[in-house]
Amino acid sequence: MRGRFVARRLVLLVASLLVASFVIFAALYLAPGTPLAALSGGQPLPPGSAQVLEQRYHLNESFLAQYWYWLDNALHGNLGISITLRENVSTLIASRIWTTAGLVLYASVIIVVLGIGLGIVSGLRSGPLDTSVLVVTAVSAAIPAFVAAIALIMVFAVKLGWFPALGNGTGFLSNVRHFTLPAVALAGASLAIVARVTRAAVRAEGDREHVQTAVSRGIPARYVIQRHILRNAAIPITTITGITIASLIAVAAVVEVAFSLNGLGAYLVQAAESKDIAVVQGISLLLVTAFVVVNLLTDLICAALDPRLAHRDSPR
Amino acid sequence: MSTVMAAAESSASRRGLARLRSTGPAGIASAAVIAVATFAAAFGPLLAPYDPDLPNLSLSWVGPAGGHLLGYDFEGRDVLSRLVAGAQSSMLGPLVVVILSVTAGTLLAVTAAWRRGVSDTAISSGLNIVFAFPGILLAVLAAAIFGAGLPAAAIALSIAYLPYVARVLRGAALKERGQPYVAALEVQGASATAICLRHVVPNIGPLIVAQATILFGYAMVDLAAISYLGLGVQPPTANWGVMISENKDGLLLGHPLPAVAAGLCIVIVVIAVNVLGERLFEQARAVRG
Repeated sequence: MRGRFVARRLVLLVASLLVASFVIFAALYLAPGTPLAALSGGQPLPPGSAQVLEQRYHLNESFLAQYWYWLDNALHGNLGISITLRENVSTLIASRIWTTAGLVLYASVIIVVLGIGLGIVSGLRSGPLDTSVLVVTAVSAAIPAFVAAIALIMVFAVKLGWFPALGNGTGFLSNVRHFTLPAVALAGASLAIVARVTRAAVRAEGDREHVQTAVSRGIPARYVIQRHILRNAAIPITTITGITIASLIAVAAVVEVAFSLNGLGAYLVQAAESKDIAVVQGISLLLVTAFVVVNLLTDLICAALDPRLAHRDSPR
Repeated sequence: MSTVMAAAESSASRRGLARLRSTGPAGIASAAVIAVATFAAAFGPLLAPYDPDLPNLSLSWVGPAGGHLLGYDFEGRDVLSRLVAGAQSSMLGPLVVVILSVTAGTLLAVTAAWRRGVSDTAISSGLNIVFAFPGILLAVLAAAIFGAGLPAAAIALSIAYLPYVARVLRGAALKERGQPYVAALEVQGASATAICLRHVVPNIGPLIVAQATILFGYAMVDLAAISYLGLGVQPPTANWGVMISENKDGLLLGHPLPAVAAGLCIVIVVIAVNVLGERLFEQARAVRG
C-alpha cells in the first residue's frame, strides 16, 4: 500500500512536470511575433545566426517534434544558449544555483527551528509569551520579503553594521554573514505563518479528550506532549512548513534582487527584462521542478507520519 | 420596482454591517483602514497635495519640510503625493486579480462539485498542473512573453491563485450539493444553473467573501513584489512597490523615508486585510458548522 502510494505520487509528479514543461516551452509560441524573434529577444539577427537558431530548435519541424527535441535536450542538461551572454544556459545556471539553494536552505532552517519552536511553546502555554507571539506573527505575516529587506538593511547593515547590506561574499564564513539578512528577510512572513499554524495545531490537540485523560491520570507532561500532542499535531505542522518552504523558491528572486545576490531568481528577472527566452525557460523549468518536488516530499513525510493518509488518499 | 430593489439593497447592506460589527474592534479597525485605502485609490490623484509625477532634481532626497510631510524622493518628487496617488495602481491590481480568480475559481469549483465524475477529475487535475507554478514565477514568465506591465502580471497571478481558491470552494460546494434542499429543488424541476446561482453560490457566499479578502492580501504582496522587480507597474507611474525599488538607494545613502513609507503602506493594508479575512473565515466556519 505504501509502495503504491509513493508510486502514484511519482506518476502524478512526472505528469504535472511534463505538462508544466510543455507550457514553458510553448512560451516561445505565445510570445507575439515569430518564435525566431522570441528566441533572439526581438533583435535583428544576422542570417547566419538565424540559421543556427532554426537548426538548434528544429523550427522547420512540427510543434510537437520541436517540444520533444527541446525536452530531450533539457533532460540531458542542455538548455540552449543565452542570447545576451552567448553562453550555455546550463553553465550560467550552474554558477548561480548554489546562491539560491543556500539562501532557501538557510531560510528553511530558520523557519523550522524558530517557526515550529515558537508555535509549540506558545501553543502549550497561554500567557504573555503566547499573546506576544500572536501579535508579532500577525504583523510579520503581513510583511513582504522586500519590505523586510528594507528594514533589515536599515537597522542591521546601516545603523549597527553587523551584517553587510549587499553581495554574496567569498568563503564559507563570509557567505554565512552575507546570507544572514537575506535569509531572515526570506523566512520572516513564512516563519510567522508556520508559528501560527503550529500553535493552533498544538492547541487543538491539547484540548482533545485523550490528552485531557492522560493529564488527569498523572502521566508526566513530557510524555503527553511527545506522544499525544506533538505526534498528532505533526501532520498540519509538516504540511504548512512544506508549503511555505516550497513557496520560498519563487520568493527568493525578490530577496536576491533586494540584497544584490547573484542567484537564479535575480538572473531570471534580468532575463525576463531582456527577453532572453532560453534563460527564462531553463530557470523556470528548474524552479517548477524544485517546487513540485518539495511539495511531493511534504506529502510523503506526512504519509510516513500518519500511514492512514496513504490509505485515505484518493485522486483529487 | 425601484423601491423593492432599494429595500432589498438596504437590508443586504444592513446585514453586511451587522456582520462587520460582529468581527469585533480589530475587524472594524481593519475595515476602516481598507476604506481609507480604497478612498485614496478612487480619488488619489485628486487628493494628492502636489503633483506626484513632477521631478525636481535639486530637491532629491530632501527630508520633510514646509508642507511636504514626508519629504522628497530620489527625483525630488513629493513622497506623500506619490503615496496617495500610488494607492490607485497598488489597490486596483489586487482587486482585478481577486475578481478574476474568485469568479473563475467559483465557477470551476461549483461545476466540479455539481457534475462530479469526469468533469470533476478534469478540473481537479487541470488545477493540479497550475499548482506547479508559483504565482511570482508565472508572473515573471508572463512578463518575459508579453512584456512587463500590470495587465500581464495581474492575469498571471489570477491563474496561479485558481487552485487555492477552487480547492476550498469545491469542498464547500460538494457539501452543499449533498444537502436535501438541493435534491428537493431538482425534483421540482429547477435547472442546474438556477440552483447553483440562486442557492449554492449564495450559501457558500460568506466563504467566498472571506476567501476573496485573504486573497486580496496575497495579491497585493505579490503584485507589489513584481512591480518592485521592475516587471509590473512601470515607473514613473506612482505605485508602492515601484516606490520601494526606485528609492532603494536611499537606504544606503541615509534617506530611508521614501522607501520605508511605501513599505509601511503595503504592510498596513495587508495586515488589515488579513485580520478582516481571518475574522470573516471564522464567521463563515461558525455559520456552516
